[in-house]
Amino acid sequence: MNKPLVGLIAGAILGIVDGATAWFTPAVRSEMTGILMGSCVKGMVIGILCGLIARKVHSTAVGLGVGAGFGLLFAYLVASMPQPDGQHYYLQIMLPGFVLGAITGFLTQRMGTAPARA
Amino acid sequence: MSFLPDRALDHLRQVTESPDFSATRYQVEEEIGRGGMGIVYRAWDSRLERRVALKVMDSGFAINQEAKLLAQLEHPGLAPVYDAGSLPDGRVYYAMRLIEGRRLDDFLRQESSLPARLRIFEKICEAVAFAHNHGVIHCDLKPQNIMVGQFGEVFVVDWGVARAIDDAAMPTAGTPPYMAPEQSRSREQPLDARTDVFALGRILQDLMPPSPPRPLAAIARKASAPDPAGRFGDVRQLAADISLFLDGLPVTAYRDTVPERLARFWRHNQVLLLLLSAYLAVKLILFFLAPALK
Repeated sequence: MNKPLVGLIAGAILGIVDGATAWFTPAVRSEMTGILMGSCVKGMVIGILCGLIARKVHSTAVGLGVGAGFGLLFAYLVASMPQPDGQHYYLQIMLPGFVLGAITGFLTQRMGTAPARA
Repeated sequence: MSFLPDRALDHLRQVTESPDFSATRYQVEEEIGRGGMGIVYRAWDSRLERRVALKVMDSGFAINQEAKLLAQLEHPGLAPVYDAGSLPDGRVYYAMRLIEGRRLDDFLRQESSLPARLRIFEKICEAVAFAHNHGVIHCDLKPQNIMVGQFGEVFVVDWGVARAIDDAAMPTAGTPPYMAPEQSRSREQPLDARTDVFALGRILQDLMPPSPPRPLAAIARKASAPDPAGRFGDVRQLAADISLFLDGLPVTAYRDTVPERLARFWRHNQVLLLLLSAYLAVKLILFFLAPALK
Protein backbone atom coordinates (compact mmCIF):
# COMPACT_ATOMS: atom_id res chain seq x y z
CA MET A 1 0.00 0.00 0.00
CA ASN A 2 1.49 3.35 -0.92
CA LYS A 3 1.90 6.13 1.62
CA PRO A 4 -0.73 8.59 0.31
CA LEU A 5 -3.27 5.74 0.45
CA VAL A 6 -2.19 4.94 4.03
CA GLY A 7 -2.64 8.63 4.85
CA LEU A 8 -6.04 8.72 3.16
CA ILE A 9 -7.34 5.71 5.13
CA ALA A 10 -5.76 6.74 8.45
CA GLY A 11 -6.99 10.33 8.02
CA ALA A 12 -10.52 9.16 7.19
CA ILE A 13 -10.73 6.83 10.21
CA LEU A 14 -9.23 9.34 12.64
CA GLY A 15 -11.44 12.09 11.17
CA ILE A 16 -14.61 10.05 11.67
CA VAL A 17 -13.58 9.13 15.24
CA ASP A 18 -12.79 12.77 16.02
CA GLY A 19 -16.05 13.94 14.44
CA ALA A 20 -17.99 11.33 16.41
CA THR A 21 -16.77 12.81 19.68
CA ALA A 22 -18.91 15.86 18.88
CA TRP A 23 -21.84 13.73 20.03
CA PHE A 24 -20.76 14.48 23.59
CA THR A 25 -21.49 18.17 22.94
CA PRO A 26 -25.32 18.37 23.00
CA ALA A 27 -25.35 21.80 21.33
CA VAL A 28 -23.98 20.39 18.04
CA ARG A 29 -25.62 16.95 18.15
CA SER A 30 -28.14 17.99 15.48
CA GLU A 31 -25.24 18.72 13.07
CA MET A 32 -23.58 15.30 13.45
CA THR A 33 -23.78 14.30 9.75
CA GLY A 34 -22.13 17.48 8.58
CA ILE A 35 -19.51 17.32 11.33
CA LEU A 36 -18.67 13.67 10.52
CA MET A 37 -18.36 14.37 6.80
CA GLY A 38 -16.33 17.52 7.27
CA SER A 39 -14.04 15.88 9.79
CA CYS A 40 -13.57 12.84 7.54
CA VAL A 41 -12.73 14.95 4.47
CA LYS A 42 -10.34 17.11 6.55
CA GLY A 43 -8.59 13.98 7.82
CA MET A 44 -8.33 12.55 4.30
CA VAL A 45 -6.80 15.74 2.89
CA ILE A 46 -4.26 15.89 5.74
CA GLY A 47 -3.52 12.17 5.25
CA ILE A 48 -2.86 12.54 1.52
CA LEU A 49 -0.59 15.54 2.10
CA CYS A 50 1.33 13.70 4.84
CA GLY A 51 1.57 10.62 2.60
CA LEU A 52 2.97 12.66 -0.30
CA ILE A 53 5.61 14.14 1.99
CA ALA A 54 6.38 10.70 3.49
CA ARG A 55 7.19 9.49 -0.04
CA LYS A 56 9.97 12.06 -0.26
CA VAL A 57 11.18 12.40 3.33
CA HIS A 58 11.78 9.40 5.57
CA SER A 59 11.82 10.81 9.09
CA THR A 60 9.48 10.22 11.99
CA ALA A 61 10.21 13.69 13.37
CA VAL A 62 9.37 15.32 10.03
CA GLY A 63 6.20 13.20 9.80
CA LEU A 64 5.09 14.28 13.26
CA GLY A 65 5.93 17.94 12.63
CA VAL A 66 4.34 18.18 9.19
CA GLY A 67 1.26 16.23 10.32
CA ALA A 68 0.81 18.43 13.38
CA GLY A 69 1.28 21.55 11.22
CA PHE A 70 -1.30 20.49 8.63
CA GLY A 71 -3.65 19.35 11.40
CA LEU A 72 -3.40 22.75 13.07
CA LEU A 73 -3.82 24.65 9.79
CA PHE A 74 -6.89 22.74 8.60
CA ALA A 75 -8.42 22.77 12.10
CA TYR A 76 -7.96 26.57 12.13
CA LEU A 77 -9.74 26.85 8.77
CA VAL A 78 -12.64 24.81 10.16
CA ALA A 79 -12.70 26.68 13.47
CA SER A 80 -12.65 30.08 11.73
CA MET A 81 -16.00 29.27 10.14
CA PRO A 82 -18.72 30.43 12.56
CA GLN A 83 -20.78 27.60 14.08
CA PRO A 84 -24.61 27.57 13.93
CA ASP A 85 -24.74 29.22 17.36
CA GLY A 86 -22.48 31.99 15.99
CA GLN A 87 -19.49 31.04 18.13
CA HIS A 88 -15.95 30.00 17.17
CA TYR A 89 -14.59 26.87 18.90
CA TYR A 90 -10.90 27.48 18.19
CA LEU A 91 -9.48 25.58 21.16
CA GLN A 92 -11.98 22.70 20.97
CA ILE A 93 -11.25 22.10 17.27
CA MET A 94 -7.60 23.08 16.89
CA LEU A 95 -6.13 21.24 19.86
CA PRO A 96 -7.44 17.75 18.90
CA GLY A 97 -6.78 18.55 15.21
CA PHE A 98 -3.15 19.26 16.06
CA VAL A 99 -2.70 15.89 17.81
CA LEU A 100 -4.63 13.93 15.13
CA GLY A 101 -2.50 15.54 12.41
CA ALA A 102 0.62 14.36 14.28
CA ILE A 103 -0.80 10.83 14.47
CA THR A 104 -1.57 10.85 10.74
CA GLY A 105 1.92 12.11 9.93
CA PHE A 106 3.46 9.45 12.16
CA LEU A 107 1.42 6.65 10.58
CA THR A 108 2.36 7.67 7.04
CA GLN A 109 6.02 7.50 8.02
CA ARG A 110 5.73 4.11 9.69
CA MET A 111 3.37 2.38 7.29
CA GLY A 112 3.09 1.97 3.53
CA THR A 113 5.76 1.72 0.89
CA ALA A 114 7.63 4.59 -0.67
CA PRO A 115 8.53 4.36 -4.38
CA ALA A 116 12.00 2.91 -5.02
CA ARG A 117 14.66 5.52 -5.69
CA ALA A 118 16.36 5.43 -9.08
CA MET B 1 75.60 -43.53 23.44
CA SER B 2 74.58 -39.86 23.46
CA PHE B 3 71.11 -38.35 23.10
CA LEU B 4 70.21 -35.39 20.94
CA PRO B 5 69.01 -32.36 22.90
CA ASP B 6 65.30 -31.42 22.61
CA ARG B 7 66.07 -28.34 20.55
CA ALA B 8 67.92 -30.40 17.99
CA LEU B 9 65.10 -32.93 17.89
CA ASP B 10 62.55 -30.16 17.35
CA HIS B 11 64.65 -28.76 14.54
CA LEU B 12 64.95 -32.19 12.92
CA ARG B 13 61.18 -32.68 13.20
CA GLN B 14 60.59 -29.28 11.65
CA VAL B 15 62.95 -30.00 8.75
CA THR B 16 61.31 -33.39 8.15
CA GLU B 17 57.81 -31.92 8.20
CA SER B 18 58.78 -28.84 6.25
CA PRO B 19 57.22 -29.17 2.82
CA ASP B 20 59.37 -28.82 -0.29
CA PHE B 21 57.60 -26.30 -2.50
CA SER B 22 60.68 -25.54 -4.61
CA ALA B 23 59.10 -27.05 -7.71
CA THR B 24 55.90 -25.01 -7.29
CA ARG B 25 55.05 -21.35 -7.55
CA TYR B 26 54.68 -21.04 -3.76
CA GLN B 27 57.22 -19.81 -1.22
CA VAL B 28 56.33 -20.87 2.31
CA GLU B 29 56.67 -18.04 4.83
CA GLU B 30 55.48 -19.50 8.13
CA GLU B 31 53.28 -22.08 9.74
CA ILE B 32 49.95 -20.57 10.80
CA GLY B 33 47.94 -23.56 11.93
CA ARG B 34 48.08 -27.24 12.65
CA GLY B 35 45.23 -29.72 12.75
CA GLY B 36 44.57 -33.41 12.87
CA MET B 37 44.89 -33.81 9.12
CA GLY B 38 47.63 -31.41 8.15
CA ILE B 39 49.47 -28.14 8.59
CA VAL B 40 48.52 -24.73 7.22
CA TYR B 41 51.20 -22.30 6.05
CA ARG B 42 51.19 -18.71 4.96
CA ALA B 43 52.84 -18.61 1.54
CA TRP B 44 53.60 -16.28 -1.36
CA ASP B 45 52.19 -17.15 -4.76
CA SER B 46 54.97 -15.89 -7.05
CA ARG B 47 52.92 -16.23 -10.24
CA LEU B 48 49.90 -14.22 -9.15
CA GLU B 49 51.90 -12.21 -6.60
CA ARG B 50 49.59 -12.64 -3.66
CA ARG B 51 49.63 -14.30 -0.26
CA VAL B 52 47.78 -17.58 0.08
CA ALA B 53 47.19 -20.23 2.71
CA LEU B 54 48.66 -23.61 1.85
CA LYS B 55 47.25 -26.65 3.57
CA VAL B 56 49.64 -29.57 3.42
CA MET B 57 47.92 -32.83 4.26
CA ASP B 58 49.62 -35.48 6.38
CA SER B 59 51.11 -38.43 4.47
CA GLY B 60 48.54 -40.94 3.32
CA PHE B 61 45.85 -38.44 2.30
CA ALA B 62 44.93 -38.16 -1.36
CA ILE B 63 43.65 -34.89 -2.87
CA ASN B 64 41.13 -34.87 -0.20
CA GLN B 65 37.48 -34.32 0.06
CA GLU B 66 37.93 -30.99 1.81
CA ALA B 67 39.56 -29.37 -1.23
CA LYS B 68 36.98 -30.88 -3.56
CA LEU B 69 34.09 -29.82 -1.36
CA LEU B 70 35.39 -26.29 -0.91
CA ALA B 71 36.01 -25.97 -4.63
CA GLN B 72 32.28 -26.65 -5.15
CA LEU B 73 31.14 -24.14 -2.56
CA GLU B 74 31.50 -20.55 -3.68
CA HIS B 75 30.31 -18.25 -0.92
CA PRO B 76 31.75 -15.12 0.73
CA GLY B 77 31.84 -17.02 4.02
CA LEU B 78 33.91 -19.91 2.69
CA ALA B 79 37.59 -19.59 1.74
CA PRO B 80 37.90 -20.37 -1.98
CA VAL B 81 40.36 -23.04 -3.14
CA TYR B 82 42.77 -21.71 -5.79
CA ASP B 83 44.90 -24.70 -6.59
CA ALA B 84 45.81 -28.25 -5.53
CA GLY B 85 48.79 -30.49 -6.15
CA SER B 86 51.29 -32.89 -4.62
CA LEU B 87 54.79 -32.48 -3.21
CA PRO B 88 57.87 -34.59 -4.05
CA ASP B 89 57.43 -36.50 -0.76
CA GLY B 90 53.95 -37.55 -1.86
CA ARG B 91 52.00 -35.30 0.45
CA VAL B 92 49.19 -33.37 -1.15
CA TYR B 93 48.50 -29.68 -0.68
CA TYR B 94 46.01 -27.13 -1.73
CA ALA B 95 46.18 -23.37 -1.90
CA MET B 96 43.32 -21.26 -0.71
CA ARG B 97 42.56 -17.69 0.20
CA LEU B 98 44.61 -16.45 3.13
CA ILE B 99 42.17 -15.17 5.70
CA GLU B 100 43.46 -12.23 7.70
CA GLY B 101 41.48 -12.06 10.88
CA ARG B 102 40.87 -13.40 14.34
CA ARG B 103 39.43 -16.68 15.42
CA LEU B 104 35.91 -16.37 16.80
CA ASP B 105 37.08 -17.14 20.35
CA ASP B 106 39.62 -14.27 20.14
CA PHE B 107 36.97 -12.01 18.62
CA LEU B 108 34.61 -12.77 21.53
CA ARG B 109 37.26 -11.78 24.06
CA GLN B 110 37.43 -8.32 22.49
CA GLU B 111 33.83 -7.74 21.38
CA SER B 112 31.38 -7.47 24.23
CA SER B 113 28.36 -6.06 22.38
CA LEU B 114 25.69 -8.75 22.12
CA PRO B 115 24.11 -7.38 18.90
CA ALA B 116 27.55 -7.26 17.25
CA ARG B 117 28.22 -10.84 18.32
CA LEU B 118 24.82 -11.97 17.05
CA ARG B 119 25.33 -10.30 13.69
CA ILE B 120 28.54 -12.30 13.34
CA PHE B 121 26.58 -15.40 14.32
CA GLU B 122 24.03 -14.67 11.58
CA LYS B 123 26.85 -14.58 9.04
CA ILE B 124 28.16 -17.92 10.29
CA CYS B 125 24.67 -19.34 9.87
CA GLU B 126 24.48 -17.97 6.31
CA ALA B 127 27.72 -19.70 5.29
CA VAL B 128 26.73 -23.00 6.94
CA ALA B 129 23.22 -22.84 5.44
CA PHE B 130 24.78 -22.33 2.02
CA ALA B 131 26.88 -25.48 2.44
CA HIS B 132 23.81 -27.40 3.64
CA ASN B 133 21.94 -26.20 0.59
CA HIS B 134 24.69 -27.85 -1.47
CA GLY B 135 24.36 -31.09 0.49
CA VAL B 136 27.44 -30.64 2.70
CA ILE B 137 27.58 -30.64 6.50
CA HIS B 138 30.64 -29.32 8.33
CA CYS B 139 30.57 -31.68 11.36
CA ASP B 140 33.27 -29.77 13.25
CA LEU B 141 31.91 -26.28 13.80
CA LYS B 142 33.57 -24.59 16.78
CA PRO B 143 34.90 -21.09 17.53
CA GLN B 144 38.40 -22.20 16.50
CA ASN B 145 37.11 -22.99 13.00
CA ILE B 146 35.51 -19.62 12.44
CA MET B 147 37.51 -16.56 11.42
CA VAL B 148 36.32 -12.99 11.72
CA GLY B 149 37.94 -10.44 9.42
CA GLN B 150 38.70 -6.86 10.38
CA PHE B 151 35.58 -5.59 8.59
CA GLY B 152 33.32 -8.14 10.26
CA GLU B 153 33.44 -10.64 7.42
CA VAL B 154 33.12 -14.23 8.58
CA PHE B 155 34.78 -17.38 7.22
CA VAL B 156 33.96 -20.92 8.22
CA VAL B 157 37.18 -22.91 7.83
CA ASP B 158 38.55 -26.42 8.28
CA TRP B 159 36.16 -28.55 6.32
CA GLY B 160 38.44 -31.55 6.86
CA VAL B 161 35.71 -33.75 8.35
CA ALA B 162 32.85 -32.33 6.30
CA ARG B 163 30.64 -34.87 4.61
CA ALA B 164 27.67 -35.18 2.37
CA ILE B 165 24.35 -35.12 4.19
CA ASP B 166 23.18 -38.66 5.01
CA ASP B 167 26.53 -40.17 3.95
CA ALA B 168 26.67 -43.04 6.44
CA ALA B 169 29.90 -44.40 4.92
CA MET B 170 32.00 -41.47 6.11
CA PRO B 171 33.83 -41.79 9.43
CA THR B 172 32.64 -39.35 12.08
CA ALA B 173 34.69 -36.78 13.93
CA GLY B 174 34.09 -33.63 15.89
CA THR B 175 35.15 -31.66 18.92
CA PRO B 176 33.36 -31.91 22.25
CA PRO B 177 31.38 -29.98 23.48
CA TYR B 178 30.41 -28.82 19.99
CA MET B 179 29.96 -32.37 18.73
CA ALA B 180 26.33 -33.48 18.50
CA PRO B 181 25.39 -36.65 20.41
CA GLU B 182 24.42 -38.43 17.21
CA GLN B 183 27.96 -37.98 15.82
CA SER B 184 29.18 -40.67 18.17
CA ARG B 185 26.46 -43.07 17.05
CA SER B 186 26.20 -42.08 13.40
CA ARG B 187 26.31 -45.65 12.20
CA GLU B 188 22.81 -46.03 13.60
CA GLN B 189 21.60 -42.53 12.79
CA PRO B 190 22.60 -40.69 9.60
CA LEU B 191 23.83 -37.16 10.18
CA ASP B 192 22.03 -34.21 8.66
CA ALA B 193 21.90 -30.42 8.88
CA ARG B 194 20.74 -30.63 12.50
CA THR B 195 24.19 -31.92 13.47
CA ASP B 196 25.61 -28.52 12.55
CA VAL B 197 22.61 -26.84 14.21
CA PHE B 198 23.72 -28.46 17.48
CA ALA B 199 27.25 -27.05 17.14
CA LEU B 200 25.85 -23.63 16.24
CA GLY B 201 23.68 -23.78 19.38
CA ARG B 202 26.81 -24.41 21.45
CA ILE B 203 28.61 -21.56 19.69
CA LEU B 204 25.62 -19.34 20.41
CA GLN B 205 25.97 -20.21 24.09
CA ASP B 206 29.59 -19.06 23.91
CA LEU B 207 28.42 -15.77 22.43
CA MET B 208 25.87 -15.05 25.13
CA PRO B 209 26.51 -13.02 28.29
CA PRO B 210 26.34 -14.84 31.66
CA SER B 211 22.68 -13.82 32.15
CA PRO B 212 21.29 -13.86 28.62
CA PRO B 213 17.83 -12.59 27.67
CA ARG B 214 15.35 -15.45 28.03
CA PRO B 215 14.39 -15.67 24.32
CA LEU B 216 18.05 -15.90 23.33
CA ALA B 217 18.76 -18.57 25.92
CA ALA B 218 15.75 -20.50 24.60
CA ILE B 219 17.08 -20.31 21.03
CA ALA B 220 20.46 -21.69 22.13
CA ARG B 221 18.76 -24.40 24.19
CA LYS B 222 16.57 -25.47 21.29
CA ALA B 223 19.47 -25.45 18.82
CA SER B 224 21.63 -27.63 21.08
CA ALA B 225 18.90 -30.05 22.16
CA PRO B 226 20.34 -33.56 22.59
CA ASP B 227 17.61 -35.05 20.39
CA PRO B 228 17.87 -33.86 16.77
CA ALA B 229 14.05 -33.84 16.57
CA GLY B 230 13.97 -31.17 19.29
CA ARG B 231 16.27 -28.80 17.39
CA PHE B 232 15.58 -26.29 14.64
CA GLY B 233 14.95 -28.18 11.41
CA ASP B 234 17.73 -26.33 9.64
CA VAL B 235 20.17 -23.47 10.04
CA ARG B 236 17.89 -21.00 8.26
CA GLN B 237 15.26 -21.43 10.97
CA LEU B 238 17.90 -20.81 13.64
CA ALA B 239 19.15 -17.72 11.81
CA ALA B 240 15.58 -16.48 11.37
CA ASP B 241 15.00 -16.69 15.12
CA ILE B 242 18.22 -14.77 15.80
CA SER B 243 17.11 -12.14 13.31
CA LEU B 244 13.72 -11.85 15.05
CA PHE B 245 15.49 -11.50 18.39
CA LEU B 246 17.73 -8.74 17.04
CA ASP B 247 14.66 -6.91 15.71
CA GLY B 248 13.01 -7.15 19.14
CA LEU B 249 10.27 -9.45 17.81
CA PRO B 250 8.93 -12.68 19.34
CA VAL B 251 11.05 -15.74 18.52
CA THR B 252 9.69 -19.19 17.73
CA ALA B 253 11.80 -20.89 20.41
CA TYR B 254 10.29 -18.94 23.29
CA ARG B 255 6.73 -18.16 24.30
CA ASP B 256 6.48 -14.68 25.82
CA THR B 257 4.65 -14.19 29.11
CA VAL B 258 1.81 -11.62 29.17
CA PRO B 259 3.92 -8.88 30.84
CA GLU B 260 6.69 -9.53 28.29
CA ARG B 261 4.17 -9.22 25.45
CA LEU B 262 2.83 -5.97 26.85
CA ALA B 263 6.35 -4.62 27.32
CA ARG B 264 7.20 -5.58 23.73
CA PHE B 265 4.00 -3.94 22.43
CA TRP B 266 4.82 -0.77 24.37
CA ARG B 267 8.42 -0.71 23.06
CA HIS B 268 7.28 -1.10 19.46
CA ASN B 269 4.37 1.35 19.59
CA GLN B 270 5.59 3.87 22.13
CA VAL B 271 5.14 7.00 20.00
CA LEU B 272 1.73 5.98 18.67
CA LEU B 273 0.46 5.06 22.14
CA LEU B 274 1.72 8.37 23.55
CA LEU B 275 0.00 10.30 20.73
CA LEU B 276 -3.28 8.46 21.23
CA SER B 277 -3.04 9.08 24.99
CA ALA B 278 -2.40 12.77 24.29
CA TYR B 279 -5.49 12.90 22.05
CA LEU B 280 -7.65 11.25 24.72
CA ALA B 281 -6.28 13.57 27.39
CA VAL B 282 -7.02 16.64 25.23
CA LYS B 283 -10.55 15.43 24.58
CA LEU B 284 -11.20 14.70 28.27
CA ILE B 285 -9.80 18.06 29.39
CA LEU B 286 -11.88 19.91 26.79
CA PHE B 287 -14.98 17.93 27.79
CA PHE B 288 -14.65 18.82 31.45
CA LEU B 289 -13.62 22.42 30.73
CA ALA B 290 -16.42 22.94 28.17
CA PRO B 291 -18.69 24.94 30.51
CA ALA B 292 -15.80 27.19 31.51
CA LEU B 293 -14.79 27.81 27.90
CA LYS B 294 -18.23 29.12 26.86
